Amino acid sequence: MTDDDVLTDGQARWGESLIEAIIRVLGFSAIGFVTLIFVFLLREGIPAFFKVRLANLLGARWYPTFGLFGTLPLILGSLLITVTAIAIALPLGVATAVFVREVAPDWAREILKPMIEVLAGIPSVVLGFFGMTIVAPLIRESLGTPTGLTAFTGAILLAYMSLPTIISVAEDALDAVPKSYRDGARAMGATEWQTIWRVVVPAARSGVVTAVMLGLGRAIGETMAVMLVTGNAARMPLTMDSLFRPARTMTATVAAEMGEVAQGSVHYHVLFGIGLILFMLTFVVNLTAAVAIFQKQRRGGLR
Amino acid sequence: MACLSINEGRSTDSGFPRRRLVAAGLFMLLLISICAGCGPEKEEGIPGPSEAKTIENKGSDTLVNLALAWAERYMHVHPEVRLSVTGGGSGTGIAALINGTVDIANASREMKPEEIEAAEAHGASPVEFVVARDAIAVVVHPSNPLNRLTFEQISDVYTGKITNWRAVGGEDRPIVLLSRESNSGTYVYFLENVVRRGDEDSDLLFSPGTLLMPSSEGITSEVRQNPNAIGYDGLGYVTSEEKVIAVARDATGPYVLPSVETVNDGSYPIARPLFMYTAGEPSGHIAAYLDWVRGKGQQLVPEIGFVPLE
Repeated sequence: MTDDDVLTDGQARWGESLIEAIIRVLGFSAIGFVTLIFVFLLREGIPAFFKVRLANLLGARWYPTFGLFGTLPLILGSLLITVTAIAIALPLGVATAVFVREVAPDWAREILKPMIEVLAGIPSVVLGFFGMTIVAPLIRESLGTPTGLTAFTGAILLAYMSLPTIISVAEDALDAVPKSYRDGARAMGATEWQTIWRVVVPAARSGVVTAVMLGLGRAIGETMAVMLVTGNAARMPLTMDSLFRPARTMTATVAAEMGEVAQGSVHYHVLFGIGLILFMLTFVVNLTAAVAIFQKQRRGGLR
Repeated sequence: MACLSINEGRSTDSGFPRRRLVAAGLFMLLLISICAGCGPEKEEGIPGPSEAKTIENKGSDTLVNLALAWAERYMHVHPEVRLSVTGGGSGTGIAALINGTVDIANASREMKPEEIEAAEAHGASPVEFVVARDAIAVVVHPSNPLNRLTFEQISDVYTGKITNWRAVGGEDRPIVLLSRESNSGTYVYFLENVVRRGDEDSDLLFSPGTLLMPSSEGITSEVRQNPNAIGYDGLGYVTSEEKVIAVARDATGPYVLPSVETVNDGSYPIARPLFMYTAGEPSGHIAAYLDWVRGKGQQLVPEIGFVPLE
């Protein structure tokens, strides 16, 4: 062993530990940033619950300019639009994933997969503008609603936006189902259709749940497209026709009003309070997705 | 500003002494990082006489097209001055003026008392300049047979008391209400002067079913394609694809269509002044610009669809 070699060896070890340290700091800083954001949200949002009476905060009237901070129509509006979006996107997304993974010939899969990824790259404001000028009039004329700017219009756009997430995660889940399952089903005389719906899709169930949860997380936080097409009317969505009437979401409210609000005012804190509610909702949704992934790993990708 | 809200946060936390310590520590950390950012910014807000002649101008979306036209013409005549104009809303402009990041704030409403207080707390009392007048037009789809409305009818429509066009003499169609967002100066002006009909004790509000559009373009595009819609917006933003309604204060009064003439002679009832605000009495190139705006600059006002000062 020459002197040179010893030196290089030491340098390498030193360099390695330096890189390790940097990576560790970067890794922990990600957690640190999330914590700081959460602390910031708490600091700015918590005063809302002290400054505004709870009855007002949970009221049905959102007129922030006049001290009425009823967040209920916003929360219900968000839930109505998101749940409808997932109800539309789930069957479409899972069916597309099954087609791409199980049915489509190789050449079609080569075309479809990149196309689906392009879908994910469309900026939401472009979709929103498309929705405002094309989808909304179409909905008004075909469904006979007073205006085309409805919760349903928003749900359609959101479904479209969460589709790429649902499709690619569900497809990965289908991909993880072992070939022996398919072979076993075919050997027992099942048709291709029976193999897919009775064996492969149920086996990938937890992956599909993850896909839906991630799609849900994407949909509930979406702002721009929703703001342009839902009409932003803070009415309580309690009647049967609410899906086909305007609605206002939490995200659109924060986006539309935050720019104008005086810092430190009650309205400012309430908007952060809404941010806090959104943060917790997405946190719960993502946590559920993570639990589903964890279970999947424990069972070796099955069930 | 950040420091102010931190103090408030502490006073409300008083129920949890031990947590407060931890929280206070974190606040200090944030405070340090925030104040490190805002220190030099403040100094930049007060331009010294030796600096280049720049004017930062921000605020009302109603006023932004006019402010841009003024800025372009003025920079053409005075190439030594750099003007930058941005929109965002009256509240945004005023907040920026209070924070000292702009020289002139554009507003389509008067400053609120609490905003004046906040400005004074930052060391400069705002000075108001009326720079033009604006009329708010009530618009419907071109196919709507309706031609005129009284304040009372508009109020009933916008509070949700009337929900069908038949009740005000139109076709048997549901009414779709369009409004600007609640932070827009146009929203507050229309609510106070038309929906509440100038009554300060009135607590009437827009119907919860009112669609709040994030921009003038949102209102135009919906009115253009929806025969059920009624909207309001600055006269400068009304396009030929919308039908303008003649308005009267009461059923006996004359129904007047908005135009430069009817706003100037005071016969059109929904008209308001537009403002520019400076932090403290302006001097030097900013004062010169404001003088020009209120003098020669008025020639540009009718071209943008607003009404010049008399």
